[in-house]
Amino acid sequence: MSHFAIIAVSILFDGLAYAMFLFITSVGLSVTMGLMGFVNLAHGAFAMAGGYVVVSLTRSYGIDFVPSLLIAGVVIGLISIRFERRLYRQLYKATDLEQVLLTIGLAFMAIAAFTYFYGPIPKSVPLPDWLQGDVNLGFRSFPSYRAFLIAVGAVLIAVLWYAFEKTNVGAKIRAAVDNRRMAESVGINVDLLFTLTFALGSALAAMGGGLAIQLFGLTPSFAVLYLVLFLIVVAVGGMGSLKGTLLAALAIGIIDTAGKYAFPVAGNLFIYAITAIVLLIKPTGFFGRE
Amino acid sequence: MSDNKPQTPATQAGNEARLRAMDYLVRRHYFRWAEALPWLIAIALFFILPNRMTFGGQVLIMIMFALSLDLILGYAGIVTLGHAAFFGIGAYTVALASMLAGWSEPISGLIAGGLVAGLVGAIAGWFILRYRGLTLLMLTIAFAAMLQESGNLRSDITGGYDGLPGLMFDPLFGHFQYDLYGHTNYWYVLGVLAIIFYFVRRITYSPFGQALTGIRENVRRMHAIGSPVHRRLVTVYAISAAIAGIAGGLFTQTNAYVTLTVFDFDSSAKVMVMLILGGTGRLYGPFLGAAVYMILEDYLAKLSPTFWQLGIGLLLVLVVLFARRGLLGLAEDIRGYFGRKARASSTPRRLVWKPEHWKALAISALDGGIIGFVAGFATNMKQAALMLSFVTDLPTRAILFTLGGAVIAAAINAIYLLLTSRTAVEEQAS
Repeated sequence: MSHFAIIAVSILFDGLAYAMFLFITSVGLSVTMGLMGFVNLAHGAFAMAGGYVVVSLTRSYGIDFVPSLLIAGVVIGLISIRFERRLYRQLYKATDLEQVLLTIGLAFMAIAAFTYFYGPIPKSVPLPDWLQGDVNLGFRSFPSYRAFLIAVGAVLIAVLWYAFEKTNVGAKIRAAVDNRRMAESVGINVDLLFTLTFALGSALAAMGGGLAIQLFGLTPSFAVLYLVLFLIVVAVGGMGSLKGTLLAALAIGIIDTAGKYAFPVAGNLFIYAITAIVLLIKPTGFFGRE
Repeated sequence: MSDNKPQTPATQAGNEARLRAMDYLVRRHYFRWAEALPWLIAIALFFILPNRMTFGGQVLIMIMFALSLDLILGYAGIVTLGHAAFFGIGAYTVALASMLAGWSEPISGLIAGGLVAGLVGAIAGWFILRYRGLTLLMLTIAFAAMLQESGNLRSDITGGYDGLPGLMFDPLFGHFQYDLYGHTNYWYVLGVLAIIFYFVRRITYSPFGQALTGIRENVRRMHAIGSPVHRRLVTVYAISAAIAGIAGGLFTQTNAYVTLTVFDFDSSAKVMVMLILGGTGRLYGPFLGAAVYMILEDYLAKLSPTFWQLGIGLLLVLVVLFARRGLLGLAEDIRGYFGRKARASSTPRRLVWKPEHWKALAISALDGGIIGFVAGFATNMKQAALMLSFVTDLPTRAILFTLGGAVIAAAINAIYLLLTSRTAVEEQAS
């Protein structure tokens, strides 16, 4: 294989793994924003909290990485319900600004609390043997962790797609995103639906946070460090659209990986430029509604 | 017209109301004596704390920055998380003019910084101000971030994150040398702030300012009555950008140093927090907000940065939940509350405990229990275990923390409910 093709495949592979992380973490944010128009800047904090749950479970309690991920998802999902019921609920009818302020306040508090308990030093997570090393795909070998990440992402996409497109609840969510008032007037309990998607979204974010530890390391500032990236995925993909979120995650993951490979000094310039261009041309994102 | 009609009591009352409204509109922008207070405090502080004037200058700069945000957020309702872009442009215009062109005269440098930031603001605003909500928020974030990344790309010119150190500026008016204690600088910044403030105050009371408030309150109606909404938004955005640019220029001149961190997302968020803390759309919010924020930061961040971050987060949550109009709004509310209380003092006070309060208490206990459980779980880490060494056994600690959290939360909520159910009675009575 030619030199160029090898580089292209590596970029595609790494970009895909990165895109899967972005998708898993952002999809909940996209759906909750589409449902209620709620700007939740504390979403990154749920991901960060999930990461620390995984760290605690694996390091202090000796539980394996994969079960830890699932437990983290369940724990953070349940806790997020209480946040939604107690705090977020009061601000559904408030302005964007008030939602932004409340949730960024929560994110700051989360960062401080986790810094107090876990310290500011990056944490890593012990991986089982089968996730270490490389996996050989015939023509080339790839890090098995990234392959695992892509596989997890693919499974989650399939499950979410099925739940969104084929089940009754999924149909209700789509109806509520399209037209909330109409959905309410035909008897769909949008409040309950929102709590449900919020919990699910936070659970996915928590798993995303757990999965990200191996890629980026975990510090409390994870809560805001990647927040802008999640928001970009949501805005570019279009709020409330599964398809849009996936497309945006793929585009940003792969283009960013390629950009950082070709022009390392440019940093995130490519991502921001793409975001600005897409939003200027299509302000609701790829598949967003007016 | 009304001369020919007979004066009925109704038209008379209407005329009186019209006169009162006219009187209000004529007097509204008159100078009130209370408005002198912040300026007198600023002057007095120079004599009371002469050795804290470097910090004082920084506070004044942040007040100016927050004031520029108040103009677009508080009056025109433009929500932005990228206002640091213009602060940074002003800061770098002054720095680069001094470094590359040797243009070290401070006042003309400042004007240049303001003009460049204003021009960029006008161009950026023309593109992005068609949108609202998340799209606008993301575009403002992306714009500031793009400037920062481009600056890093050309770190040969901008100095990157290491910054441009050792900038020199000429004496003010060719006479007043910058001194080590920031005395000259304090008066300089205060003077610029006063000029800018006068300008902003004129804008907000002008018909243009009224149109902005109209756009904030109901943009569709403004479109319907034929107001050029986009043009007005771009104009005020450019003005605000210019003011932010001047604040940035002052920042560079004060510190004789600038780095790319001026474009940070944190910086945009910080100035927004200051403004919200003080109260939006009331001109003096930035003064109170920026001063309180900077002083708290100065004390608490030295004590412990973690503690400060928790404090600022808690402050934001509390402001949104209980004082949406900021500290100044809270002051008004408290004054109004006591006014009402004085009027309603003759009605008997009674505690009302309703059945649904038990449910509220149970839910609080649940929340407190969750927080306690999580804390108990998290304190397995070494650092916290030292503090809580009296319970080393994990199940015991989990139970203890869960119960403790539940009891504390229920107690807090009980107190809160008792207080609010009391006021509810008073409100019904009055």
